[in-house]
Amino acid sequence: MVNIIWASLIFIAIIYSFFTGNIETINNGILTHATSGMNLILEMMPLIVLWTGIMKIAENSGLLEIFSRILNPLLSKLFPSLNKDHKALGYIASNIAANMLGLGSAATPFGLKAMEELQKDNPKKDTATEAMITFLVLNTGGVTLIPTTVIALRMMYGSSNPTEIIITSILATTVSSFSGLMLDYMIRRKNR
Amino acid sequence: MNLLSKIIIPLFVLLIIFFGVKKKVNVYDSFLSGAKEGLVTVFHIAPTIIAMVFAVNIFLDSKFLEGMLGFLEPFLTNTNIPMDIIPMALLRPISGTASLAIMNDIFINFGPDSFVGRLASTLQGCTDTTIYVLALYFGSIKVTKTRYSLKVGLFADLCGIIAAFIITTIFFSQ
Repeated sequence: MVNIIWASLIFIAIIYSFFTGNIETINNGILTHATSGMNLILEMMPLIVLWTGIMKIAENSGLLEIFSRILNPLLSKLFPSLNKDHKALGYIASNIAANMLGLGSAATPFGLKAMEELQKDNPKKDTATEAMITFLVLNTGGVTLIPTTVIALRMMYGSSNPTEIIITSILATTVSSFSGLMLDYMIRRKNR
Repeated sequence: MNLLSKIIIPLFVLLIIFFGVKKKVNVYDSFLSGAKEGLVTVFHIAPTIIAMVFAVNIFLDSKFLEGMLGFLEPFLTNTNIPMDIIPMALLRPISGTASLAIMNDIFINFGPDSFVGRLASTLQGCTDTTIYVLALYFGSIKVTKTRYSLKVGLFADLCGIIAAFIITTIFFSQ
């Protein structure tokens, strides 16, 4: 699926720019965008290395397990295929918590680690498991309680009440996450 | 709120180190072994990130979306949906920076307290970059058969966009 999207983006971009005479920009883009990708990786790398390091301490000390046990009543409903001591649950809990607080850069390493743990007991390594998909639905639903970047920008442009959108964001997020989880649940039941 | 968001990360790190020392874990060695795993992760996701950044950026460069808007315009004039939000709604699942840039433009042109400004704020806060997240997370563990994940992710985004519009209308209409 990502395969098709990736190809379509490139295909549309190049063909469309042939027609609109925008080929100069595309030509430059092909040469420079790999560098922007690399810069993004270099920006992310220290954060990922730092957080996976710190979280390893939490894992070895048993703190991660305690953390996931607190969220267990909720998580065990969402991930019926994982038993309640599964290592991934701690990372999933941390990822969701970091996302909720608007700490996107800390959330990514937790999420990657959760996927790695889920992959360990995946019988078909090239195929997504149900737990992985549920986790990503939860993740892309963007359960953000405090959209820090948006508030900062609103402040910058002189909003009379920069934080007034917190409640609308939370409500919209709830609808989006909930509908994603519903569809996910329905598909899982149908597959059974 | 500001103080809370500043204090939460230091507190979290403190808690982990403190608990580790208390449980007699060699915290330094644990950190190093985790950090090493982190480096491997970065190594695994690097190709995915370059691939996605490349494709998304040349797509944005081509101005294809702006071109398509002309076709949508007649359908939207009959509804209350502001034209200016459409590119943002379409880009939200693909690129976080692109939709943020459009929100920035909306703030400049209409102000953050306009209807479209509030709608853009709600939209930016309510969903994440689905396609990018899927590519990144599945790419990191080399899963290529993603099954129904994209369908569910985009469905959630669509519901979020519709909800954002309805909720903003209810909350902020005079």
